[in-house]
Formats: sequence, structure tokens, C-alpha cells
Amino acid sequence: MYRLLLCAAALAAAMPARAEDTELREELKILQQRVQELESRAQQPARPQAENALNPAVSAILNGVYANLSRDPATYRLNGFVPTSGEVAPPPRGLSLGESELALAANIDPMFRGTLIAALAPDTDAIGVEEAYLQTLRLPRGFTLKAGRFFSGVGYQNQIHPHAWDFTDAPLALKAFLGGQLGEDGVQLRWLAPTDMYWDLGAELGRGRAFPAAISDSGKNGFGSTSFFTHIGGDLGTGTAWQTGLSHLRTSPHERQFDDPGSGLTNSFTGSSRLWVLDGILKWAPNRNATYRSFKLQGEYFRRSEAGDLTRDVTAPTVGGYSSRQSGGYAQAVYQFQPQWRAGYRYDRLSPGSSSFSGAITAADFPILSPYSPKRHTVMVDWSPSEFSRIRLQLARDYSRAGEPDNQVFVQYIMSLGAHGAHKF
Amino acid sequence: MGIVLLTALSVFACEPEWAALAQELGGDKVTTFAATTALQDPHQVEARPSLIARMRNADLLVCSGAELEAGWLPLLLTQSGNDRVQSGSPGYFEASQYVLKLEVPQVVDRSMGDVHPGGNPHVHTDPRNIARIASALSQRLAALDPPNAAIYAARAADFGKRWREATARWEKQAAPLKGMPVVVHHKYYSYLQNWLGMREVGTLEPRPGIPPSTAQLAGLVERMKQSPAKLILYSSYNDPRAAEFLSQRTGIPKVMLPATVGGSERAKDLFGYFDDIVARLGSPAP
Repeated sequence: MYRLLLCAAALAAAMPARAEDTELREELKILQQRVQELESRAQQPARPQAENALNPAVSAILNGVYANLSRDPATYRLNGFVPTSGEVAPPPRGLSLGESELALAANIDPMFRGTLIAALAPDTDAIGVEEAYLQTLRLPRGFTLKAGRFFSGVGYQNQIHPHAWDFTDAPLALKAFLGGQLGEDGVQLRWLAPTDMYWDLGAELGRGRAFPAAISDSGKNGFGSTSFFTHIGGDLGTGTAWQTGLSHLRTSPHERQFDDPGSGLTNSFTGSSRLWVLDGILKWAPNRNATYRSFKLQGEYFRRSEAGDLTRDVTAPTVGGYSSRQSGGYAQAVYQFQPQWRAGYRYDRLSPGSSSFSGAITAADFPILSPYSPKRHTVMVDWSPSEFSRIRLQLARDYSRAGEPDNQVFVQYIMSLGAHGAHKF
Repeated sequence: MGIVLLTALSVFACEPEWAALAQELGGDKVTTFAATTALQDPHQVEARPSLIARMRNADLLVCSGAELEAGWLPLLLTQSGNDRVQSGSPGYFEASQYVLKLEVPQVVDRSMGDVHPGGNPHVHTDPRNIARIASALSQRLAALDPPNAAIYAARAADFGKRWREATARWEKQAAPLKGMPVVVHHKYYSYLQNWLGMREVGTLEPRPGIPPSTAQLAGLVERMKQSPAKLILYSSYNDPRAAEFLSQRTGIPKVMLPATVGGSERAKDLFGYFDDIVARLGSPAP
């Protein structure tokens, strides 16, 4: 276009004054006008101009799994640890559809951003709200406030959606201490320090809607759970980035019920629960270019102490004192050895620690709590034709149940449709 | 706008070319930080803690835009808790908004690969785009830091003059490349090809963002026998093996071009970047 304009201009300038001179100049003017018009039209963004141009970013996750298990998943339990009522059992044997996720996200106005993530469970009529929160965008001095339902910032993997996990299922420690994954109704305030090294501090106040709090409403005003966390992180050399964090979760479960498969009774606990989590993650890629090769090391260590009243058989209650100190963790490594292909190994181990029973109850009343150290070895290999699709084969030998090792084979697909999601470090 | 700055304006650039440009335009009135290097694929970047920490203190964010950074920038923005650089703030600058974008798709569907609905985002590979973005960026610097507005204007005028001269020189040097058929690894140099009049006759990636497969490359070898290209172009962050494969089987020379500033020994700044590109295109290694 420019060239055309220049030619025309040069031509016009070079023309000796003739009768058709004015005519030519007129033509040049028209030409100039048309070029300008075309240019301005071309500069218009090629985006829909209709009302739905402001639709939120929509994305969906499809997830399905084939499971071959040597033990019936209905009998799944973590011996030595109090059952959580969370979704911790392996998927059903054979082919099954996992939870589908539907996510909407958009900036609401200059002040707020909103996110809604619904989980569609395949075999119930229910649509679960996995996360639904607003987040401030313009609080000064590095503060961010989140409110609504969100995955708690306790630990590392808890905040990550299952479709972005490196293995098909959750680490045993998350199953034992957070009921699989802890989503809280509440508010979270986070502050990022103005330092060159990453350092954040955060606190959450929640309703206490899930384990380790009691699921039943405690009937009181105020907060059922409180948590604090801090992370630091940075770079090492030209290819490595790291982050480590410490978090603390405090709840006061009131009549937290659990079924003991050993005795067949429903028991309940009222007291206090304190959880500490230490987490660390390290990622490496040559020159930070993860297209061809990359490596990821991740681990978390949990430590929990509970103390209060334990009731044996809620229908014919016998109450006594109970306290426990338990711990556990996992470490996993994932190596991307060529574009699209990754392999990984994970080791899980929980320690029953020490527990004491007093008053009218004894350890023999609670077979599920008798000391046992669950552990698990897991290997996986996955193939991702693009960043929107992944197919995974996972093998595990799971010693969650005392004396009944479970050999597990999973073949899983995870597909992401629609808006390009951004993944957390 | 109009914040009184006690220290230099802190610029967070998503890619090194924008850090280099901000440095040219701001001189000692700015400090720049580039989030990525010329050895990284700008589509795939970890939103790692050190980037969040850097963005926390930035006064101005300069990115390519056009969805290039969609996989990581939104996370940095929400995590940084920095109100000055959020989308819509004066401290948020998307370079691709100031130029005419190429390859804006009529239809977008992921079966076509990782396409950008807003058009090709690699706008910095045409020096004429750099000139347009420079004038917009200079105005933005002045708006954010009014006491130094005159300095920014003077630097922009000086840069503009040197850039026009350099562009004319590059165009003269690269004149023989006009009409030359080329194969590219990824559609990274579309603006460069458009500027110099090179013709793209194939890509090593079967679709944007999908790595080349042996079958795709074998097909390309056959096509090159029918109508050979003159050059195979790949960038500093691409694995050279695909280009080598095609080059060996067809005898077509391959050329590694710096993806951006810092992608080669000579590409120390924006001038060196285009000096090097023009030189490498002019004398490809056999």
C-alpha cells in the first residue's frame, strides 16, 4: 500500500503542469483516501463485535480412566488413619468416566476477577461446585484477596486441579490428611513481598466444610478453620527454578463421624486438629526451554496432631479421651525425555506415629486406628500430543490396606477444550 | 498516571526484544528485565516464582500480546498483586496492538494446532513494526514518567533516525532475497518474510505448536524434490535436528536465525539482531 502511494506521489510530483494535471491530482487524492480507509479498516481488531465478545473464557476438561485393580475399590481404606469421608478410593474397576470439569473465568471489572469451576460427577445428578471465587486485581502493595470457595493454599498439590496432576490419583498423604483435596468456603488474604526473591505470606479463614473439620454444621458463628502459609522461591543457574513452603491448618472438628470397617460401627471425634505441611518443588529444563526435555521434583511432608473426645458407636455412645500425632509424605519425580513424552515415579509413605486412648475407650475399640504404615510405589508414562491432550499409563502397588497389597493399572485420558488455561508453577 | 518516581521506571518485558527496545528509549531512566530468553519458546514458559517476584515491582509491563503469553502471563498478573500493570492499566503495554497483524485466521479450531485467534504474534521480526511500536512505547514511558517526558521524546527521535537509516541499509543488503522460496520450522518469521518478500513454501511443524514427525518431514523431502526451496529457516530455540534432516536429504542450506535479541553472538541489541539476520540470510552455511 505504501509503495503504491509513493509511486503515485512520485508520479504526480514528476508530472509537468498540463491540462490533465488537476484531474490527476484529484485522482491521487481519491487514491490517498482509499489507502487511508483500507489501513484504518485493517487496523480494526479481528474480534467479534457482538455482545458475546465479552463472554468469559470457557473451558472444559474431559477425563476418563480404565482401571484394573486386584482389590475391590469399595473396600479401600488407609489403615492406621481416621477415614475422611473424602473421595479417596480408586476409581471403579473397568472403564469409567471421571469427573468432567467446566470452568468459566473473566475479569469482572477493573477491580475483580471471577472464576467458576464446576465438577460434573458422572453417576450422580449433582453438579458440584469445585471452586467459585472472586479475586481482587488492584489492591495496593502486593495484596490479593480471594473470597468464595477455593482449594486451600495449604501444601502444594492441594491447589492444583486433578487434570494437572502428574499422576492419576492423589498422594496418600493428601488422602489421609486433607480428605483427598481440601476446598474451603472462606476468604484468603495473600501478600507478596516487594523483594527480588519470591516470598509470600497468606492466611485463610474458612467455614470448615470438609475434613479435617467436621462435615456436619457445628452450628456456631465464626470460622471453622484457619490456615497460614508462606512460600519462598527463586532460580538456580540458567535452567532451574524452585519453591518451598510451610503451611499450618487449624480446625476444631465437632462430632466428626467416621465408619470403622473393622468394627462396623460409626464413631465420632470432637476436639482440635492441627496440621503442618512442608512442601518443596524443583523444575529444570535446559535453558528453561521445556519443549524437548524437562525434569520436575516434588515432595510434601505432613504432620498432624489431634486431641479431644472420641466416641465409640454414636448409637450407643461410649466416650473417652484420644490424642494422636501422625505424619506422612510423598516424593515424586517426572522426567520429560523427548517432546510429548514423560515418565515418572512416586513414593508414598505414612507413619501412624503415636496415639493414646483414655477413659472408657481402648485402642481395641477402633480397629481402623491400630498402628500401620501405608505405603505405595507408583510409576507412570504419559504422552501429550499437544498441550491440550494427555494419555497416561500408570502402574502402582498400593499398601494402603494392612496385609492386602493392591496392584493397580490405570489408563487415563485428560483432554482440555476451549480457552487456554494457564498452569501454576 | 503521573506517579512521581524516585527511582528509575521498572520495565518487565515478556520477551528480550521489548527489554532491548525499552532500554533504547529509556536509557538510564528505566531498568529492564526480560522474562524469557532467545533460547526459550515464548509460548511455553513456567510462571515461576522469580517472575512473579519481578512483576510485583514492575511499573510497566511490555509484552507481545496476541495470545502469545496466554499460558503464563495471566497467572503472573493475578499472582503478582501489582495493580499498576494489570490489563487496562497505563502500565500494561501490548506491542502487537500497534501493528498490522498477519495471518489473522478466518476460522479458529484447535485441530489446526495452537493457532492464535488474534493473528501471528511474532511481530518483532519486521523492523518497520519495531519503529511503530517504538513511538507508541515512547509515549507510554512519557505518560508514566512525565518529568522525564522530554528525555523520552529526544531518545525516541534519535532512535527513530538511526533505525530508519539501519532499515534502509538492511533492505538494500537483503534485496536479493526478494521472491526467494523458504521452508520455516515454525511460523516465527512471517513478518520478516513479508518485509523482505520471501515466499514461504512449507513448515517443518505439521501444525503450529505440534513437533515435526518423521512422516511429515519425509513428505516435505518429496515436495522439495518437485519444487525446491532455497533456504530452511529455524530459530535459536528450535531443535536443529528437523532442519538438519531436511537439509541433508535435499541439499537445501539451513539457516539458524536468532529468535530475538540474545539469540546469537551478534544480536546484542535490536540493531545487532537485524544485522545478524540479514547477514545470515545473505550467506547461508552449506
